[in-house]
Parts: sequence; C-alpha cells; structure tokens
Amino acid sequence: MSRAGTATDRLQRLLALVPYVVSRQVVGLAETASAFGVTEHDLVDDLNMLWCVELRSPDPYCPIDLSYEGGEIMVTQAESMGRPLRLGTDEASALLIGLRLLAELPGQQDSSALRRTIAKLEAAAGEAAAASAQVSVQMDGRAPADVQAQVGKARQEGKRLHLSYYVPGRDEATERDVDPMRVVFEQGRAYLEGWCRRANAVRLFRLDRVLNLTILDVPAEVPATAEHVDVDSGLFRPSAGDIRVELELAGAGHWVANYYPCEKVTDLGDGRLSVVLRTPDTQWVRRLALRLGEDGKVVSPPELAEQITKDATAALAQYS
Amino acid sequence: MSKQKTERLLSLVVCLLSSRRYLTAGQIREAVPGYPDAFEAFKRMFERDKDELRELGIPLETGTNAGSDEEVGYRISRQAYELPEIVLEPDEAAVLGLAAQVWQRAELAGAAAGGLLKLRAAGINAEETVRPGIEPRLQTEEPSFGQLWRAVRDRRPVTFGYQAAGRTASQPRSLEPWGVVNRNGKWYVVGFDRDRGEQRVFRLSRIDGAVSFTGPPGSVVVPPDTDVRAAVRLWDGEPPSVRVAELRIRSGAGYGLRRRPISDEPEPQKEGSGGHRWDLVKVAFSDSGWYADYIASFGADVVVIEPVDLREAVIRKLKGVLA
Repeated sequence: MSRAGTATDRLQRLLALVPYVVSRQVVGLAETASAFGVTEHDLVDDLNMLWCVELRSPDPYCPIDLSYEGGEIMVTQAESMGRPLRLGTDEASALLIGLRLLAELPGQQDSSALRRTIAKLEAAAGEAAAASAQVSVQMDGRAPADVQAQVGKARQEGKRLHLSYYVPGRDEATERDVDPMRVVFEQGRAYLEGWCRRANAVRLFRLDRVLNLTILDVPAEVPATAEHVDVDSGLFRPSAGDIRVELELAGAGHWVANYYPCEKVTDLGDGRLSVVLRTPDTQWVRRLALRLGEDGKVVSPPELAEQITKDATAALAQYS
Repeated sequence: MSKQKTERLLSLVVCLLSSRRYLTAGQIREAVPGYPDAFEAFKRMFERDKDELRELGIPLETGTNAGSDEEVGYRISRQAYELPEIVLEPDEAAVLGLAAQVWQRAELAGAAAGGLLKLRAAGINAEETVRPGIEPRLQTEEPSFGQLWRAVRDRRPVTFGYQAAGRTASQPRSLEPWGVVNRNGKWYVVGFDRDRGEQRVFRLSRIDGAVSFTGPPGSVVVPPDTDVRAAVRLWDGEPPSVRVAELRIRSGAGYGLRRRPISDEPEPQKEGSGGHRWDLVKVAFSDSGWYADYIASFGADVVVIEPVDLREAVIRKLKGVLA
C-alpha cells in the first residue's frame, strides 16, 4: 500500500491538487509531493489522471490542462476545479477546537493571531463551524496560571529558570536551575521540558509541582546534544539499571496496575493481582506501600519489604 | 479497480461542477466514462457514487431545469462547493499549523489534516513543521469518543452502558448529548438523561461497550445558554473542604501536605523531642478515606493530632502494612 487510502481518499487529494497549483501559479513537484504527503511518483500519477479526465458529451473535451515539465507544475486550464471544496464539519471542528485550545493557554504570545485566525476560519467554514462550539477543552487547570505564564516568558526570552520543585516520591522540595526547551502536555498535565543543570540531562517537570520559580538574568544554554523526550511513547521508560519490584494487590489496590506502567500484571485469582514494576528509585514504592496498607504488599525485593515494615513500625510508634 | 473508480468519480465531479443545468442520469452516463452499459448496473453504481460524493461533503443538488418537464437531474453548485475566499497573514498561518498538530494521532487528526490541506489548496502556506514552544496535545484514548462526537455533531440521541463510580456492573443509559468536554485530559459527555429526566455528566472512560444511536440526525435540541464546560467543572470540581485536620509534621518534610495550609507554625520545643524539630500544621480536607491513605504515605514524618476518626484511620492503615 504505497498509495495510502481508498478511492475517495485519492479523489479528495485530486480535488485539492488543482487549486493548490492554481493558487501558486507554478510550484515544484517535490514541494507539492511533500505538502500532500505522497511520493513524487504518486504525485505524477495523480497529475496524469487529472490531465486525462475526459467528458464525452455533448462533445468530447478535456477540462483540465496541465504540465509538469522540468519538475515545475503549471495548470493552464482548471475549468471549474480552481477552488478547493468547502471544509467539512469534522475538518472545521478539528481546526477550530485546536485554535481555541491554543488561545486559552496562559502565557500564549500569539493571542492576537489566534483570535484573527479563529474569526477568519469561522467565516470561511460557515455552517460547518457551528458543531465545534459543542466541544470544549480545558487543558491542565491544576498548573497555576502564573507558573505557566512565567515559564512561557522565560522560554520566549531564552532565559534560565530557577525552580523550587516538589518531588512527591521523596517528599522533597528540590532546588535546581533549568534551561527551558518547551512545554508539553500528556494526559492533560502540563510539563516543562528543559535541560536540568543539576542532573545535566533533559528532564520533565510537572508544572503543578513547581513550588516557586524565578526567571534568572542568565541566557538559557541548552546543549546541542539535548534531545526532546519522545512523549508519544510515554513519559516513563524503564532502563537497564532499574530495580524489579513485585507487588500483590487486593481489590482495593487494583488501581495501582492502571496508574503505574507495569511490566507484568498477573491475575492470582480470588481478586488478587500480582504486578511487576521497574524503577530506578524505590523510595516512592515505600510510600505507596504505606498508603496501600493491607491492600498491597511488596513481595520482592525482600530488603524493600523489610524496609517498609520498619517504616510502618516507626510511624505507628508516633501514636503510642 | 480502485483507479478506475477514482477516475470515474473525478469525471463525475468535474462534469456536474461544469454544468449550470441539472443533468439527468442518462445524460451523466453519456458524458462520464467508466459506467457499465446495462442500465440497471449503471443505476446501482451511480447511486453508490452519489452517496460517496455526499459523504465527502460535496453538495450534490437534485432538481429539474426551469421550463422543462424533464426527469429529475443533478448538478453541483459551484457556490455551494467552493471554499470561500480566505487569506491568512503569516502569523495566522503559523498558528493554524499548530492547531492542526494538537490532534496528533487522536480521533480528529485525519480531519485536521484534511482541513489543513484544503486551506493550503486555497493558497495558504501553513507549515506543519513548526516546532512551537508549547505543544498541547489532545488524546482520545476512550473508544467511545468518535461515536459521541458524531452524536453531538449530528444531534442524535444515544444509548450506552455506564459503570458509575462505586458500582461493579454497568447500567444502560439513554442520553440526548449536548456536548463533549475535555477537562484535565479526560473526556466527558454532557446531556439530558432521558431516564433521570435531568442534565447529567458522564465520563467517557466509564462507558462500557458500544454507543448506539437511538434517533435520527437533528432530533436532539440543545437548550439555549447551555454551558457544557461549566456543567463538567461543577461535576468534576473538587468537593468542598468541610473539615480541618491538625497535623504534626517533621520540619523539612511533608511538602505535599503543606501546599495550601490554614496555618503552619513551628512547634514549641519540648524536652526529649529527640533533637527533631516539628511543625504544627492545620489543613482542610474532605474525603477522609483518601486523606488518611495520603497521610499514611508520609510514614513517621507526619502524625495526626485530630480529628480522632482520621487519626484512627491512619493507624488502621499502618497496622494493615504489618498485617
């Protein structure tokens, strides 16, 4: 399937191709192929098909005339095909929902461009724009707006940030300098991706865990080798040095299997699950075990189970 | 086969767009190559073609030409077909490209790409390759999103199985959907619950199995002034903080509990406190079960002074660890 899609997918492409060229007068084959997401070979097939359209009646004639000599496409006769088809409801909605979402983000520097684009698109879409009003998106409402705005400002100005950042797994407020790269959203949460000068690595910081932040009067210096986190493959990935932790969960503790990325989940029968996690740091597992109580037990490693028993004993001693 | 079909559909569109008059099925068969000779086979194929064009949003009109008593014919009005003039400044084209990226691989990603392609075909240079500093993404992992979006879009009532919080089995629900809302990454549908006779909010992740239409398009009326976003905010909003807990928290620990304190003061130094310094912190809480679990996770760094039920719940939890 080098040529993706059905006959109607291709028809949509063909109907857009003529106006695409007409509105640009002359346009390169390579550029056009990349705009349409096809190979040059497929594009030439499309152009040939357009050129070959023939109506037989009342008199035979070819409504479309074009050429692509020397890698430059020109349409010399487009008949009634010079404009693209109107936006469908899904198309107008997808774009308008996206634009409105962007317009609502705190610290959005393009708010004027967004307002203008929304108005123009609504006008061009006409009736197709109406349904989008029935979809509403509110991105991370838990990240304080001033934190989002400050992060946005630092990023635009290319300044280093100082963060006081809460790490719940260790119940610590950590202090660190971060050179901001971008803000990403995953499962509705906003994260700052940046070069952490304490870890000397790219790190993600959940904005709702930023306790305090200062824009430093120092230019951000993200090393050329810094790579974006591949958000699509999940934010948490195990690495070779991770510790293997096995837990047994009773019914009320089953949420753990959905909440944390587990390597393995086994149903033990009578409502119990066995899950295996991998983590570089077991401190958060100790906290998890304390909050699970009898609904979740660490089975292995045994040293960790022992430590958790000590933690619970020490905590209980405070109440005696 | 597929190539021939594309050629035929393309010729059909060009033919109907070029004609100001309504063309009868017979005239269309004469003009457009690729239809079978047998009339019945042609009829069947032509019917399917018409449906496919309409599905693409091509406004196929039927009617008869003025002053004639011909049979019904077909045409595509250019005014109804063509995207109206739209010109974007470079900064506007840039944000349009970003908006299309919001969907990434989610439900409406194809629609966003298709819309962007049409706008590019209208002469707009919207780049998809811009790497913005802020990358919001919409995800539609809930399998019911697509069908509920179509229900909202086409104003159709639906029915689905719903597993309400705290119930083990799902129950059938019958809904006139008014809107879909994404809040903090989760999708909700808001509408009129026909069985309960009032407005309800449902979380898409708790919908069990398929969503079926129970009425034709246009049969749901969204009341004016409906604010679906506010409905979800109220439904999903944090429950009111009704009680106050007094906690003893080791200095330098318990940051999670100290985020929004009513008061947070160092505890007066006592004899035999083992050198550790403690703070006395008052915080508001609502769900005592959840809050007890949370406090237990801090281990020996946090002690509940009162209320008594919270204190006992934490002790029970910790004893459970040792059980």
